Amino acid sequence: MNRIDHTFEQLKQQEQKALITFVTCGDPDLEMTEKLVIEMERSGADIIELGIPFSDPIAEGPVIQQASLRALKNGTTLVKIFEMVKRLRKQVQIPLLMMMYINTIFRFGTQRFFNLCKECGIDGVIVPDMPFEEQDEVQAYAEQAGVYSISLVAPTSQQRIQMIAQQSKGFLYCISSAKETGACQEFSTDSDVLFHTINQYSTIPTAIELDVSSSEQVQKIKQYCDGVIVGSAIVEKVAEYGKDAIAPVSELIRRLKAEL
Amino acid sequence: MGKIGRFGEYGGQYVPETVMMAVNELNQAYEMYRNALDFQQELTKYYLEYANRPSLLYYAEKMTYDLGGAKIYIKREDLNHTGSHKINNVLGQILLAKRMGKKRIIAETGAGQHGVATATAAALFGLECEIFMGEEDTKRQSLNVYRMELLGAKVNAVKSGTKTLKDAVNEAMRDWVNNIDTTYYLIGSAMGPHPYPTMVRDFQKIIGEEAKRQHLELEGKLPDCVVACVGGGSNAIGMFYDFIPDKQVRLIGAEAAGKGVDTTLHAATLTKGSTGIFHGMKSIFLQNEEGQIDEVYSISAGLDYPGIGPEHANLYHTGRAEYLAITDEQAVEAFEYLSRIEGIIPAIESAHAVAAARKIAPTMSNDQSMIICLSGRGDKDVYQVARYRGITIHE
Repeated sequence: MNRIDHTFEQLKQQEQKALITFVTCGDPDLEMTEKLVIEMERSGADIIELGIPFSDPIAEGPVIQQASLRALKNGTTLVKIFEMVKRLRKQVQIPLLMMMYINTIFRFGTQRFFNLCKECGIDGVIVPDMPFEEQDEVQAYAEQAGVYSISLVAPTSQQRIQMIAQQSKGFLYCISSAKETGACQEFSTDSDVLFHTINQYSTIPTAIELDVSSSEQVQKIKQYCDGVIVGSAIVEKVAEYGKDAIAPVSELIRRLKAEL
Repeated sequence: MGKIGRFGEYGGQYVPETVMMAVNELNQAYEMYRNALDFQQELTKYYLEYANRPSLLYYAEKMTYDLGGAKIYIKREDLNHTGSHKINNVLGQILLAKRMGKKRIIAETGAGQHGVATATAAALFGLECEIFMGEEDTKRQSLNVYRMELLGAKVNAVKSGTKTLKDAVNEAMRDWVNNIDTTYYLIGSAMGPHPYPTMVRDFQKIIGEEAKRQHLELEGKLPDCVVACVGGGSNAIGMFYDFIPDKQVRLIGAEAAGKGVDTTLHAATLTKGSTGIFHGMKSIFLQNEEGQIDEVYSISAGLDYPGIGPEHANLYHTGRAEYLAITDEQAVEAFEYLSRIEGIIPAIESAHAVAAARKIAPTMSNDQSMIICLSGRGDKDVYQVARYRGITIHE
């Protein structure tokens, strides 16, 4: 059984929501990423997304763009990240996902990539620039390796939600709002429609992106979904505290977990 | 699945889910209007009455004698309104945007030619317009920045990454993601996710169709060779497309070799690149082994792009078209050459095509002919060429 399914099942039994955390690999360096992953699990993260740095992360805001560039300047490579994951897997039990752009997989060699995912213990990949229409690019290789390719939906997905939800595995990654900073009211209306549509077609767990980590937002969001994804709030802490980011990141995660 | 908008293995729609609805909506609108009579009539009206089409096919007699080979014709896209071929595509897409009810137009630009054309059409149709341009390019092409502002557009100097065309595309895509309901993204080259490569080519193919007809009238036969510069590749695909079935016509693209293809300072995608997936398409890109997109360089801001449209990738792959790499020095020499010999100052982008023609024409015989696509005029480049030659012009 894929660790992702196991995690969501367990949380459901405990009537809890999943806390999915994100970190950019290699920012400020891989040694620090390794420590952060271990600490995030200890602090209550249920699933961790490892951001694979890319030169042109078109789907990211400025915070993660900057982190990605810092990581690349440090000489972070996919091979080194896989080595880190292999080490991490000896200690970390929770699902580990890779969030990355399709060119990174394609250039690495799609088959070789998924074989390494299996070997190192990666449970899923999230590829923001590979929509439903292009998932053939990886599907067969991912399936063969038992790695989930996580589908994304957005409020703009509308009629697409049915076909996407019905084919998705692990969980459905919901891009919270098409607007980078949506007013709360607008957000709620968007989400009502989005989640109502998803639940109509699928029983797959859903997780939603959180741009701001205020308690208010967490409370508002958690009624809709099975998990929340925290990315830029963590990456901001790492940018601010660098090598001293363990404590502030841990504190943030503990606080969020308590609210779920 | 996965076979939409393909040219061989190249093309596709590798964009975030957030924009897929918009891409599909655009595709449907384009399919609906591309052959609709009223759409074509309106476009033709603007081509004829506003853009100054058809553009001339000029027999470059002095150049022909000087090079001593093929008879040389120049397709004068530089004489279009706004000074380049970019207006062909912009008019087509803006009429589409209008029919789709969009109120705001965004576009990326490298040299500023596409930005100027977009700002022009937005002014004409009373639409809000914002242009994304790498900060580096805003410095190289400050005249075009001011021109766009004069036309009422907001110019957003992109400070991320290498601050050039690639980053302008990134930022335009991000803006599109965030303003998907109101905004039409008017891509300027035959690149990006389907339907853009096909649609932009369709709006530019008039170049080749006219050139073929004009050449037939003048020479009673097809040309032996057509030459065009390639960055993303819109003027080249526009020039080539109608000739693709005419196997006897050589199709030659001129890409930017910058300081030389053996240095790191070039933008010679087909000469030095490899297959990848970026900016919505599977195509050929300059990238490292890990798939990180290279920083590229060319004296020409319009050719300074690490990829190429997917149809060119396929023409290259199948061998139907050939692509030569032209250095900055060769382009500047061609810029000066055409200015002196024919009294035509070409855009530095188009000067790459002129340089390629100077290499090829002498290898051809006197009874053969060649068409150079002169995609734009060179006023915008005078300052930079002067600086390249070590001459300071006071403003």
